[in-house]
Amino acid sequence: MKAGKFKDILITSLIKVCGYSAIIFVGMIFVFLIKEGSPALIRVPLENFLQLRWYPIEDRFGLLPLIGGSLIVTLGAAIFSIPLGIVSAVYIAEVAPRWAREILKPLVEVLGGLPSVMLGFIGILVIVPALRQALNLPTGLTAFTGALILGGMAIPTIVSVAEDALDAVPKTYREAALAMGATRWQTIWKVTLPAAKSGVLTAVMLGVGRAIGETMTVMMVTGNAAVFPTGFGAIFKPVRTMTATIAAEMGEVASGSTHYHVLFLIGIILFLISLTVNLIAASVVFRQRKRTERILS
Amino acid sequence: MKLTMWRRTTLWFLLFTITFLSTACGSVTSQESRTSATRPIENKGSDTIVNLALAWAEAYQEIRPEVSLSVTGGGSGTGIAALINGTVDIANASRQIKSEEQAEAEANGVTPTEFIIARDAIAIIVNHENPVDNLTLQLISDIYSGKINNWSEVGGEDRPIVRLSRETNSGTHVYFLENVLRLGDKESETLFSVETLLLPSSEGITSEVRENPNAIGYDGLGYVTDEVKVVAVGLSLDGPFVYPSPETVNLNLYPIARDLYMYTVGEPTGEIKAYLDWILSTQAQEIVSELGFVPVNP
Repeated sequence: MKAGKFKDILITSLIKVCGYSAIIFVGMIFVFLIKEGSPALIRVPLENFLQLRWYPIEDRFGLLPLIGGSLIVTLGAAIFSIPLGIVSAVYIAEVAPRWAREILKPLVEVLGGLPSVMLGFIGILVIVPALRQALNLPTGLTAFTGALILGGMAIPTIVSVAEDALDAVPKTYREAALAMGATRWQTIWKVTLPAAKSGVLTAVMLGVGRAIGETMTVMMVTGNAAVFPTGFGAIFKPVRTMTATIAAEMGEVASGSTHYHVLFLIGIILFLISLTVNLIAASVVFRQRKRTERILS
Repeated sequence: MKLTMWRRTTLWFLLFTITFLSTACGSVTSQESRTSATRPIENKGSDTIVNLALAWAEAYQEIRPEVSLSVTGGGSGTGIAALINGTVDIANASRQIKSEEQAEAEANGVTPTEFIIARDAIAIIVNHENPVDNLTLQLISDIYSGKINNWSEVGGEDRPIVRLSRETNSGTHVYFLENVLRLGDKESETLFSVETLLLPSSEGITSEVRENPNAIGYDGLGYVTDEVKVVAVGLSLDGPFVYPSPETVNLNLYPIARDLYMYTVGEPTGEIKAYLDWILSTQAQEIVSELGFVPVNP
């Protein structure tokens, strides 16, 4: 009896430590980033950051092309991965026959586990030349190529998580809708999807999160030219993302130099962007939950 | 059934890891015992040379296991500064010693002795479909700085030019910037065109040039394969245009080439002299070709 209680306490505290450690680690990472990144703000004048040229070996630290590059690749990936991912999840959870579902779900999960270097390699050898010829571009190493591959990487995450959320919607909801005379489409669109909204949103967030933080693939296929994207055509031009810049330059930079601190500053910007995405998504989920609770009560 | 299979694979995996780790540890300890035997020859400097210096040091260890060598990078300037301060025996440099450095060394009572240990040529590569065979240094500079944007301006087809470069942290990038883009003019502030694609590896450049008839790239001679076409480079439009090769580099005919140096304190003696003599031997110069540099004529 006593031993059982002791075990209980031990396990509870262990779980508690694990839970808090996540918060502590995020806090420590943030402190480290601030410590290494903030000297850049003192050493480099603001005009230097706002110019349109990134050429660190001549002390030109224009951040706008890098931020623009990351945003255009991530947005491109989101635009086509979110609808495709959600529709696939709906198909697997709601429409597909049982046997198809049992094949599709594990396949999608295997797809999500493919290493990104491999996808980058396939990108360079297959997608880059194919896109150049199909769209008659000067080069196939463009933001669009990066968005395409990143979107492809985000889809399995979105499908897998969104499908779980749809699956968790109680059967009674669907039965009620169908009993009221709703068609299958109406049930999916008006009842199941809204009921699973917070889970689907989490799926989208995780997918987009994977896209914005992805490094290896974008470094291999986007060309890494630090051009500030202007206009719609920029998606078919080479870009340089923040993650690729850090990955390409961190290895050789002298520790403690201005360039080193600027790379950490880019890290802080990336951190803030993903934090904002998370906060927006969380607030949407929160508002949504309150509304459904009101309706259901 | 499934579980036992899984267990067996885990076991195998563990076994492999253990064998691997034990061999790795073994080699480390043996190396340490070797270093502790005598004071190592300290060799520091240029990052361009560091791989070559390491390969030499490894090969030399097999011939003379009793001599230990310590090789570090850091850049040509760092190496020469360390030589002047007396902390290294051999400084590696991808450029000649500057007159200020020479003066500083002599003020410190050190007379650096220069050895040309290898040469390095940079080849300009294009796609095999590209009809352009010759380019002058000035034209290459104008292409990379963004003044020329179409292949028709240099005698090719009406196609946009896609410029490829190594990342800014590569020594080759800096050499190309100073000696090709700026044509060796120290006052010049010419930069690479913003649209230059910076690729993280030589393989990235080769594969894009192989696939894309619009592309132009540059790379160390040793990295060039038959999959791409090498352009002959000349100093003026009338020629002569020269292809990079060990012969043209050694005869100073190919313009985008440089010597790689090692510096010692005064005339080298003892083990340091023996090592430098070996570096200039045929056996050591074969390693130079393997790593993509141009061997020097003995």
